[in-house]
Amino acid sequence: MHNADHEKQVNMENLHPSLIKIQAGADTNPAGEAGVSGPGPKISARNVNFYYGSKRALNNISADFSARRVTAIIGPSGCGKSTFIRLLNRMHELVPGSRLEGEILLDGKDILSPDRDAAELRKRVGMVFQKPNPFPKSVFENIAYGLEVNGVTDKNLIEEKVVDSLKKAALWSEIKDRLKDSALGLSGGQQQRLCIARCLAVSPEVILFDEPCASLDPISTARIEELILELKKDYTIVIVTHNMQQAARVSDNTAFFLMGDLIETDRTDRIFKAPRDKRTEDYITGRFG
Amino acid sequence: MKRSDIVQKLGFSALFACMAANIVFLGSIIFFIAARGLSSISWAFLTEAPRDAMTAGGVAPAIVGTFYLTLGAVIFALPLGLACAVYLTEYSPKGWIVNLLRISINNLAGVPSVVFGLFGLTVFVKYFGFGVSILSGSLTLGILALPVIISASQEALTAVPQSIREASLALGATQWETIRRVVLPAALPGILTGVILSVGRVAGETAPILFTAATFYMKGYPRSVFSEVMALPYHIYALMTEGSHPEQQTRIAYGSSLLLLALVLSVSLVAILIRARQRKTYNA
Amino acid sequence: MNKRKERAIKYIFTALAFSSLVFLVGIVFVLFKEALPIFTKISPKAFLLGKSWYPTSSPPEFGILPLILASLWVTLGALFICVPLGVGSALYLHELAGPRQRTLLKPVIEILASVPSIVYGFFGMVILAPFLQNTFNLPIGLCVLTTSVILGVMATPTVASIAEDALSYVPRSFREASFAVGADRWQTLTKVIIPAAGSGISTAIILGMSRAIGETMTVLMVAGGSAVIPHSLFDPVRPMTAAIAAEMGEAPVGSDHYHALFAIALILFLITFAFNIAAELISRRFRLKLGHSR
Repeated sequence: MHNADHEKQVNMENLHPSLIKIQAGADTNPAGEAGVSGPGPKISARNVNFYYGSKRALNNISADFSARRVTAIIGPSGCGKSTFIRLLNRMHELVPGSRLEGEILLDGKDILSPDRDAAELRKRVGMVFQKPNPFPKSVFENIAYGLEVNGVTDKNLIEEKVVDSLKKAALWSEIKDRLKDSALGLSGGQQQRLCIARCLAVSPEVILFDEPCASLDPISTARIEELILELKKDYTIVIVTHNMQQAARVSDNTAFFLMGDLIETDRTDRIFKAPRDKRTEDYITGRFG
Repeated sequence: MKRSDIVQKLGFSALFACMAANIVFLGSIIFFIAARGLSSISWAFLTEAPRDAMTAGGVAPAIVGTFYLTLGAVIFALPLGLACAVYLTEYSPKGWIVNLLRISINNLAGVPSVVFGLFGLTVFVKYFGFGVSILSGSLTLGILALPVIISASQEALTAVPQSIREASLALGATQWETIRRVVLPAALPGILTGVILSVGRVAGETAPILFTAATFYMKGYPRSVFSEVMALPYHIYALMTEGSHPEQQTRIAYGSSLLLLALVLSVSLVAILIRARQRKTYNA
Repeated sequence: MNKRKERAIKYIFTALAFSSLVFLVGIVFVLFKEALPIFTKISPKAFLLGKSWYPTSSPPEFGILPLILASLWVTLGALFICVPLGVGSALYLHELAGPRQRTLLKPVIEILASVPSIVYGFFGMVILAPFLQNTFNLPIGLCVLTTSVILGVMATPTVASIAEDALSYVPRSFREASFAVGADRWQTLTKVIIPAAGSGISTAIILGMSRAIGETMTVLMVAGGSAVIPHSLFDPVRPMTAAIAAEMGEAPVGSDHYHALFAIALILFLITFAFNIAAELISRRFRLKLGHSR
């Protein structure tokens, strides 16, 4: 079962370059270039400070996120991890009165400069949210939406892409007969995978997961984790989680946040086995948080 | 029984009596008008024009006129009201603008209906030169309907979860695309409720059309938006205060009142039902 | 390109959003412009306090005190109906009705609110007025009493729904605290909940009054129409709204009578405006007091 899906997925990969091309026209940065970027940093934060009104939420954060790797961000609630991940595709701009200092680089270019369009950026840096948030539309329309707003009009291409995305999100076999049904009728785990498929459909280069399993049962969680491991072959992934086992299971690198500070960042195995900072150790061994 | 228990019992009975009084009033209005109006209503009453100096015939031109006036008012007020609600909920303007607009909407809702009539008379009838016409009446009624449409639309838009706006933006949709393709479709039932409520309100209004649109009697049906019209609510008023055959006219007024009451109440009931269902889906 | 379009759309929405403000300002402007000429003929004091309203006799007399007092009487009369009924119903809905009853009773109130004023007027004229006339053996059925009853019923839904909102703002913890010291439900209601919701309930009453004083068709049909200062509940009267509605059709455009009617409308507008602003201020303070923002 899983194998069959996997095979299809490999087939679909042949389609990938052509689909990326759809994007290239609208993009300030040729997407092809990004597609071949090596294991260097895909996204970097440089001396980032972030404020809600006068309250400082993030203190001087600098971090790199490697291409085609999963980076987990962990820390107790209120530590700024969700705040931080939302900066990476400029979702923070929805909060009135917030202010950001410093630089965030995508492929070495600052994403924050005012002449860059947030919508263009978000096509390249997709996001999956804490609670599944499908549109109150059909399954098909949910996925087609991202393509349509990005100017894809070719019906066949959209259909192809919907199927492809559902397969990549390991949802196709379950709901291929329900494409016309409302997405709100799916189970929580299916909804979240639909949201992942919706995100994949616009061919992002980076996917941000903001506690994607926070509202899911263990079985659905396991499927999402499996999926994340599968997706990292093609995408740069950053995942915020409050679940340390999850971080250990899915991530290559881990960053630990505490009260708005980035305490340390390292390979996941090292963070969990031999943290350099006492505070990281305290958190991981469950002494607080 | 303790004294406080007796007091409580009496108090609760008084509250029950207050609630019951509402039902009694509503019931008696519906009962008397239905009981005495039903005999006037017939196919001819609905489809024929008045005859014999308003003492016989039907009220068809008044039904048609009310339809035109209501339609015109909604066509005018819906885009304005919806735009206002979208602006207030989606574009999150600065605090003082929100306050200013909210206060002006609340106050507009509280303006006496006859004052709307005077405004329409001065601005639409005379200044713009539309005359006493469907157009003037519709515009006047539209202003009156504006606050109803705005507040219902605002409620509907606020009920759309923030998370699906974020989902759309995160896919690279612009704000307008998000509003047009995600937020408005999700809010549609609620907006529809607002439109229906405003239809109920507008169809029953009389004072705003007294000087801007309504006429007691006209031959045939209105030909253009610049025609005067008959309208059901005004027709009732005119039957009771003008003319020389009070007895026959009162009979027709009963029929017209029943018709108007049935129209407005069924429209409101539909809106209430839609809204109840809508609230249930959001709460689930 | 995309950004320019987005900005243009935002500007369009901003412009349209201001329509309510534009209309409100327009109403104020029109009322002032058309009302002011009358005050070149008669001083505001003589206009407001003059005891005779004979706009069509020669020479005409433009004293609107009878009209103002008529509006005042019927509005105050309406309060005797709509305050107990409105607040009582709100308390009943909030305190005693179960969820099933609420789903049935709330629509009753909403439907009562949606009955057109012309239907209330007609009902008052053909059913209620004769009924009161016979019951109390009155010389005339169309009078302050009848008008007050009808206006009171019309304002009840306004009072009830706003008062119920106010009650729902009262935190549950207040009630629990009261029960915890041994108070029964009635004591909790009268000593804790009603005082806590007090300013919200007064907002409801003010808006109910605003609704009653601005009501036109009903008073036009049931108030009796005579423009004299009322001395008893059984006198026929001509409230301000009725004067405007009844006489505007006959007043030649640009005549003194015409301007005087606009001046009445202006005063009426200012009264309702003051009511609405007062309600706004009180309800804002009320929400702040109970710790709700906005």
